[in-house]
Amino acid sequence: MSRETLFNAALLLGLLLVPIWALLTDEPFTITLATRAVILALAAAGLNIALGIGGLVSLGHAVFFGIGGYAMGILAHHAQGFTPLMEWPFVIEGTKSMPVIWLLAIVVSALAALVIGLLSLRTTGAYFIMITLAFGQMFYYFAISWSAYGGEDGMSIYVRNDFPGLNTLAPIQFYGLCLALLVVVLVFSARLRRAPFGLSLNAARQVPARLEAVGLDPMRLKLVAFVISGAITGLAGALFADLNRFVSPTMFSWQFSGEIMVLVILGGVGRLFGPVAGAVTFVALEHVLGGLTEFWHIYLGLILLGVVLFARGGITGLIAGREASHD
Amino acid sequence: MKKLMLATAAAALATSGALADVKVGMITTLSGGGASLGIDTRDGFMLAIEAAGRDDVEVVIEDDQRKPDIAVQLADKMIQSEKVDVLTGIVWSNLAMAVVPAATAQGLFYLSTNAAPAQLAGKGCNANYFAVSYQNDNLHEGAGAYAANEGFKNTFILAPNYPAGHDSLTGFKRYYGGELAGEVYTKLGQTDYAAEIAQIRASGADSVFFFLPGGMGISFLKQYADSGVDLPVVGPAFSFDQGILQAVGEAALGVKNSSTWSKDLDNAANATFVADFQQKYDRLPSIYAAQGYDTANLLLSAIDKADVNDDAAFAEALKAADFASVRGAFSFAANNHPIQNVYVREVIKEGDIYTNKIVGTALENHANAYVDDCKM
Amino acid sequence: MSTILIIEQMLNGLQSGVMLFLMAAGLTLIFGVMGLINLAHGSLYMVGAFAAAAVAGLTGSFVLALMAALVAAALAGAVIEILVIRRLYDSDHLDQVLATFALILIFSEGTRWVFGSFPLFLDIPDALSGPVTLPGGIEYPLYRLALIVAGLLVGVGLWVLIERTRLGIQIRAGENDREMIAALGVDISKLYTLVFALGAALAGLAGALVGAIQSVQVGMGEPVLILAFVVIVIGGIGSIKGAFIGALLVGLTDTLVGIFLPELLKLFMDAAPATSAGSAIASMSIYILMSLVLIWRPSGLFGARA
Repeated sequence: MSRETLFNAALLLGLLLVPIWALLTDEPFTITLATRAVILALAAAGLNIALGIGGLVSLGHAVFFGIGGYAMGILAHHAQGFTPLMEWPFVIEGTKSMPVIWLLAIVVSALAALVIGLLSLRTTGAYFIMITLAFGQMFYYFAISWSAYGGEDGMSIYVRNDFPGLNTLAPIQFYGLCLALLVVVLVFSARLRRAPFGLSLNAARQVPARLEAVGLDPMRLKLVAFVISGAITGLAGALFADLNRFVSPTMFSWQFSGEIMVLVILGGVGRLFGPVAGAVTFVALEHVLGGLTEFWHIYLGLILLGVVLFARGGITGLIAGREASHD
Repeated sequence: MKKLMLATAAAALATSGALADVKVGMITTLSGGGASLGIDTRDGFMLAIEAAGRDDVEVVIEDDQRKPDIAVQLADKMIQSEKVDVLTGIVWSNLAMAVVPAATAQGLFYLSTNAAPAQLAGKGCNANYFAVSYQNDNLHEGAGAYAANEGFKNTFILAPNYPAGHDSLTGFKRYYGGELAGEVYTKLGQTDYAAEIAQIRASGADSVFFFLPGGMGISFLKQYADSGVDLPVVGPAFSFDQGILQAVGEAALGVKNSSTWSKDLDNAANATFVADFQQKYDRLPSIYAAQGYDTANLLLSAIDKADVNDDAAFAEALKAADFASVRGAFSFAANNHPIQNVYVREVIKEGDIYTNKIVGTALENHANAYVDDCKM
Repeated sequence: MSTILIIEQMLNGLQSGVMLFLMAAGLTLIFGVMGLINLAHGSLYMVGAFAAAAVAGLTGSFVLALMAALVAAALAGAVIEILVIRRLYDSDHLDQVLATFALILIFSEGTRWVFGSFPLFLDIPDALSGPVTLPGGIEYPLYRLALIVAGLLVGVGLWVLIERTRLGIQIRAGENDREMIAALGVDISKLYTLVFALGAALAGLAGALVGAIQSVQVGMGEPVLILAFVVIVIGGIGSIKGAFIGALLVGLTDTLVGIFLPELLKLFMDAAPATSAGSAIASMSIYILMSLVLIWRPSGLFGARA
C-alpha cells in the first residue's frame, strides 16, 4: 500500500470514529462539527472533479452549492407552510423527503452547470475564473432580491427533513447519512478517474491536441466534467442547508466559492481524498483558532500562505509525498 | 473568540442562593466589517453582568463573523455542548432568523439585543423569545411620525433592496401619510449614492428619509452634504450611532434621527450606564451597548424571581420587565416586544466629539404593528 | 426625465468609471507583465484609504494624506511582492488565487487589529467641497469633477509612462517576451517589484480619493476588487486601454441601469414591484454585461491572448 492509501484509510477511519469520540468525551457538538466537515468535503469533492481532473478553475461553485440549498429550502418551505409550490399547469406540492430534495438539487444544479459550462467553457485561464465568478455574483444578487423566498434573510426550516427509516434530528444518524453519501461520491470519483472518460479528461487537460487527433472533443469532455462537478456540489448544498435548517444568499457568495477552492487546494488538488483532508483541516482550524483569538483570520491566512509556498500538493502531498500516484 | 466570563461577588449567594445557576450564550459579530456593533453589544451586556457582581451567571461569548451558517453552528454548539439556558447577542436580522426559531423550538430562551424582524413579532412569535431592543419597524415608524409632525408633504425615501429595507420603507409610510417624491431601493452594500442624490435633486422633494445602516449610511451622508442639496434629512438611529458618527463628521451635523435611546436621556439608570461605560471602555456608548446593557439587566431581574428551568415562570418573570431600563419607561407588549418611547435626536458637536441630543418625542409608549397577529 | 438629470447621471457614471480605472489599471498591469491574478489588490485600496485617513487625522492636510496613501500602498505592495508574490510567478493560477485570498484575510484583520473596528473619518478638502454650477445649469459636486480630472490625468500619465519611457519599454517587453527582456540585461525581479508597487500605489490612490466621499472601513476593498476584475475581463486582461474602456463601460452601466431601469419598468407594471425588480436586475447588470462580452469575445474587447 502506498503512503497516500494509508493516509486516506486513516482519514476515513478517523471520520468513522468521530461519534465514538464524541460519546466518550461527552462533547456531542463534535458530531455537528464533523458533519460540517463531511458536507464541505462533499462540496469540494465536486469541485475537485472539475479542478483536479479537468483543470477547470471555477471560482463560481457556490452557485451550485446555493442552488442545492435553495432546492431544499423552497421544497421544505412549501411543505411546512402547506402551500403548493406551483398550481398551474399542474399542482406541485413541497416535500420534506430528503431523497426527493437531493434528486431535485442534483438535477437543477446539473442543468445550471450545463448552461454556465456551455457559456464559460468558451473562455480559458483567467477569463474562465472570472466568468464563473460573475455567474456566482448574478445568482447572489438574484437571491438577495428574491423576496418570495426571504431575500437576504434567507429561510428557516424548523425541522430537519426526513429520510425513510432514520431519525435525522439525531446528530449521529444525520452524520452517518452524510458520511455515507461522501463515501459513495468518493467511490464514484475513483471509478471515474480510471474509466475511459476520466483518462481522456486528464488528457484533455494536459495534451488537448492529442485528444483531438483521436477524434474526441475536449470541450464536450470538459462540459460533462463540469456538469458532474456541479451536481455533486449541489447535493452538498442541500445537505448543508439541512444541517443548518437554514438557507440564505451567503451560500452563493464569492467568498464561499473561494472557501471551497481553499479546501481543495489545502487538501491537495486532484487527490482523491484531498477534499476530505482539506475540509477536516479547515473546520478544525476554524474551531481551534477561533477559540484562541478574535483575530484568528490572520493566522488562518498565514497557514494558507504556508501551504501554498511550502507545501505544494497540499496536506496529502505533505504527508504522502509529492510523487504519489493519482489514485 | 471564546471567553468564559465568571462574574464574581460574595453578595450573590445571600440574595438568590436557592435558584439555579444560569448559563448564557452570546453569539455576536466580533470580527470582520460589522464587528463594531457586536463589540458594543458585548461590552454593554458584560458591563451590567459585572456590575451586578454575582457568581451564578456564566456567559459564553462567540463570534458569528456575520455569517448565518456560522451563527447556526455556534447556536448548536452552545445548546449541545455548553448546555446554555439563554441565548442572546445577535445583531443582524438574517442571522436572527437563522437561529431564533430553532433555539426557541428547543426550549431555550432568546433575548434579542438588537435584531427583531417582523416574522418573529407576528405569526412567528414565541413565549420564549423577547426582543429587548425594539421591533425592527419602530425607528422607521418614529421617523415617519416625525416627518408627519414636521409637516413634510413630499418626501423622497430610500433603502437597500433587501427585507429589512422593504420593512423600513413600509414602517416609515405607516406613520408618514404624505406624498412620496420618490421611492428607491439601492443595492445592498452600495457605496456611491451620486445617482440617487441626483434623483433627489430632480424630484422636487421637500425632505429625505433614508435607511442605510453601517458604511452605506456614512457614504450617503458624506456625499449628500457635499452635493449642495439641502433638504431636511431624517433617518433611523443606525446611521447616526456613536460608533460611526465620528466617521461621518460634519456632514451629519443637525440631521434628525429617530431612536429609542440617547446618552442624554434623563434617568438615573442611564446616567450610571453612560458614566460606567465611559470609565470602563474609554469611549461613549452606542445604542447597541445600551440595548446589551438593558438585556443583561432584564435577565438578571428574571433570574432573581424564577428558576430558568421552569419555562412558564421564567417567561413570566421576563415579561414583568422589572428592571431599571436606560430608556426610561419600559414594558412588554403581548408579543414580547417593547412598549417604549421613540425619540427624535439631533446630531451635535460636543467639544471634538460628534454625538446626539434629544429634541423631541416622535411616538409615546409605542408598541408595534404585529401584536394582533401573535397567538401565543 | 430631464436632459439635465441624464447628463448628471452620465457624469456620475464617468466618475465611478474613472476611479475603477485606477484600480483596474494596476490589476491589469500586474497580470499583463507578471501573469499574476492578485485578489489582494482590494486590500491595497484599503491600505491607501486607511493611511490617508490616519495622516489626515494627524496633520489635517489632504495633500499629505494622498502622499501617505501612495507611499503606504506602494510599500505594502513591494513588501508582499518580495515576501510572497514573487514565489508565485511560476505557479498556476490556482496557487495565486489561494495565496492572495490568504493575503486578504491577513490584511483585513491586520488593519482591524491596528485601527480598531470602527470606521475612520476622511473628509473632502475645503477647497474642493460643495457643488459648482456647470454650463446648462447642472449643479455638480466639485470634488467629483476633481476625481474625474485626477483619474484622466493618471490615465494620461500611465500612457506616457508605458509608451514613452525606458521603464515602459521594459514593461511592454515583459508582457510580450520574458526571455527577451532578461537577455537585454534588465534586472527582472527589480522590474517586477517596481510594477507591483506601481499597481499598488494606483490602488492606494483610488482608495484615498474615494475614501473621502465614502466610508473608510475594513472590507471596503472587496466590492471594488470584484468590479475591477469585471472591468479588466471586459477590457481584455493585460490591456491598459481595455481597462480604461471597460471601466467606463462598467461605471456607466452600473449607474445608468440602476436609475433608468426601474423607471422603464414602471411603464409596464406597478410602481412598487417595478422599483424592486428594477433594482434587482440593476445589481446584476454588470455581470450580465461581462458574460455577454465574454460570450461574444472570449478574451475581452482588447485581449491579446485567446
